[in-house]
Amino acid sequence: MSDTLPPAGIVGAAAVPPDGELLVREGDLVVSAAAVAVSPGVTTDSFQVTDAGTVRRATSPWRDAVAVFIENKLAVASLVVLVLLVAFCFIGPLLYHTNQTGSSLLDASKAPGGAFPLGTTPNGRDELGRLMVGGQSTLEVGFAVAILATGFGLVYGLIAGYFGGIVDAFLMRIVDAVLSIPFLFFVVLLASLTIPNLFLIILVITSVSWLSTARLVRGEALSLRTRDYVRAAEGFGAKKRWVQFRHIAPNLMGVVIVNGTLKVADAVLIFASIGYLGLSVPPPATSWGVILSAGIQNLFDGYWWQLWPAGALIVITVLAVAVLGDGMRDVVERRLQKR
Amino acid sequence: MIGYVFRRLGQSVIVTVLVSIIVFLLLHSLPGGLVRAQLGPKVSALAVHNLAVQEGLTKPLPVQYLIWAWHALQGNLGFSYKMNQSVGSLLAEYLPRTMLLVGAAMLLAVALAVPIGLWQGQRRNRASDHVLTGTMMALYSMPSFFLGVILIVLLNLEIHAFPSTAQNYGQSFAVDFADLVLPVLTLCLGNVTYFSRYMRSATIDNLLEDYVRTAYAKGASSRRILFRHVLRNSITSTVTMLGLTLPYVISGSLVIEALFDFPGIGLLFWNAAQTRDYPILLGVILVVTVATIAGNFLADIAYAAIDPRVRYT
Repeated sequence: MSDTLPPAGIVGAAAVPPDGELLVREGDLVVSAAAVAVSPGVTTDSFQVTDAGTVRRATSPWRDAVAVFIENKLAVASLVVLVLLVAFCFIGPLLYHTNQTGSSLLDASKAPGGAFPLGTTPNGRDELGRLMVGGQSTLEVGFAVAILATGFGLVYGLIAGYFGGIVDAFLMRIVDAVLSIPFLFFVVLLASLTIPNLFLIILVITSVSWLSTARLVRGEALSLRTRDYVRAAEGFGAKKRWVQFRHIAPNLMGVVIVNGTLKVADAVLIFASIGYLGLSVPPPATSWGVILSAGIQNLFDGYWWQLWPAGALIVITVLAVAVLGDGMRDVVERRLQKR
Repeated sequence: MIGYVFRRLGQSVIVTVLVSIIVFLLLHSLPGGLVRAQLGPKVSALAVHNLAVQEGLTKPLPVQYLIWAWHALQGNLGFSYKMNQSVGSLLAEYLPRTMLLVGAAMLLAVALAVPIGLWQGQRRNRASDHVLTGTMMALYSMPSFFLGVILIVLLNLEIHAFPSTAQNYGQSFAVDFADLVLPVLTLCLGNVTYFSRYMRSATIDNLLEDYVRTAYAKGASSRRILFRHVLRNSITSTVTMLGLTLPYVISGSLVIEALFDFPGIGLLFWNAAQTRDYPILLGVILVVTVATIAGNFLADIAYAAIDPRVRYT
C-alpha cells in the first residue's frame, strides 16, 4: 500500500525512489513533519502524519470519534434517550391531540384514568399533553443557549487570546466580574426588567452561560500557542490571525463541544429554576419548571401526577446530557492521547 | 506571600469596580428610568422632574456613577419606598440569615464530600464507586427546588420530622434550628456533587504521586497513607472549590429561600423582583456579589497559606 504525499521534504531521503516520486508506506518514519507545519490530525490525501512522526493510513477524525464514542454504552444510551425526548415533545403532539390553549375548570386536577392517562393540571388541561408543550420550550432553551453561548464564548475567548496583553486582561476581568455575580440573581433581575418571552429568556440565560466558555477557550488557546506545530507555523512567518484561526481554533473544538454539551444541562436547570420563580414563557406556552412548580403548589393535596412526571423529565434530560457530555469527553481525551 | 495577597487584592478591587459599573448601568437601563420605578406610572411630569433633580439624575452619567459609588461605599444603597425602609437596614436584617444558611450548607457539603470523594477515589471503578457516582449525578441533575420537594415529602409529609416552611423563623433557637434543617440539607445536597467529584479526582491524582510510593516503600500502612498523606493533599485543593462554588450556592439559596419561605436575602430579592422594587434588587445584587468576591479572595488566600506552590504561579 503506497501513495504519494504532495509536498516535498516530508520523508527522509531513504524513501525517495530513483524516479523521484516520494513514496511512503504505512508505518514509515517521517523525519520532519513539523517542518511543513502539518498540524496533527490534518490529513494529506490518504495518509496522516502523527506526532511521533510515523505515517499511518488516514481514517477520518469523525470515524475515529464515532468508534470511541460507541464503546461507551452509557453515552450511546443517553443519546437515544435525548432523541426520544425530542420526539416526545415535538412529534408527540402530532399523534396525541389535546386542547392546550383553553382551560376547563370542571376537569381541574383530575387523577389519571379515562380520557386523561396522566391526569389533568390545576387548570384542567391534559397533563401528558402539557408535558409535551412544556418540553418544547425547555429543550429549545437548552439547545439554543448552548449554541449561542458556545459561539459567543468561543469568539470572545479567541479575541482575548489573540490580542493578549492589556486587551486580554480587560476582557477577562469583565468575565470575572459577571462570573462573580451569583447567576440566578442576575437572571432574575434581567428577566424582571422585561416581560419575558422565549427569545428574551434564551438571551438572558446565554448572558450568564457564555462566561465559562470564554475562560476555557482563552486558557486553551494560550496553552496551544506553545505547541510545536504552532511554533513551526509562526517560524514560517504565518500571520498571527492565520495561526489563531487556522491552527488554534480547530484544535480547541473538541473541548469546546464537550463544554457546550454540558451547557444544555445547565440551561435546562436554570430555566426550571426561574420557572419556579415565576419567570417563564407566556401562557398558553409553558415549561417543565412551571408545570413542576404548579405541582408543588398542590403538594399537600397529594396530586402526585402534577409533580413527579415533570420532575422526572427534567432529571432525565439533565442526566442524559451530562452522561452524553462525559462520553464526548472520552472521545476528545482519547484523541489528544493518540497524538 | 504578602506580594501574592496584594496582587490578589488588586484583582478583587478591579472586579468589584467593574461589577459596580455593571450594576449601575443596569440601574439606568430600567424601563421608564429610576424615578418611574420609585413613583410608579401615575404621577405628574413635575413630580418626575423634581425627584430627578433631587436624586441628581440630571447630571452626566459618570458624575452620577461617582456619587452613587460614594454613597454605596458609605453603606447608603438607596431607599425602598415599597418597604419604607433603607436598603442598608433591610440588608443588615436579612443578610446574616442567608450567610448562616449558605455557610452551614457549604460546611455540611464539604463534610459529606470529603469522605465520599476519598472513598470513591480509593475504590475507583469498583461497584461502590459507580453507585456513588450515580447518586451524585442524580443529585446534580435535580433542580434545587425539586430536591427540596423530595426532602419535604420524605422528612415532613412522611415522618413529620421537620417543618416545611421557615415562616416562623426568628422566634427561638429551637424553632430556628428546626426551620433551618430542610433548607440547609437541600442546599447542601444540591451542591455536594461539585465537591465530591473534585475530591475524588484529587484523591486519584494524589494516589499516583511519588510520595505515596515512597510512603509504601517505607512500609506505611495504606490506611496511614490515605489519611495522613492523600487526605491532607487532596483537601487543600477542595478549599479553592469553596471559593469557586460560592456563586452557585448563593444562587441556590435564592430558590431554596423562596421554596421554604426562609426570610433571607434571596426571599427579599424574589419579593422585590415581583414588586419591581429596584433599589432592593440592585442593592442585593451588589452586596451578594461583593460577598462572593470577598469569599473567593479569602479562599485563595487560605489556599496559598496551606499550599506554598500557589503563590508563585
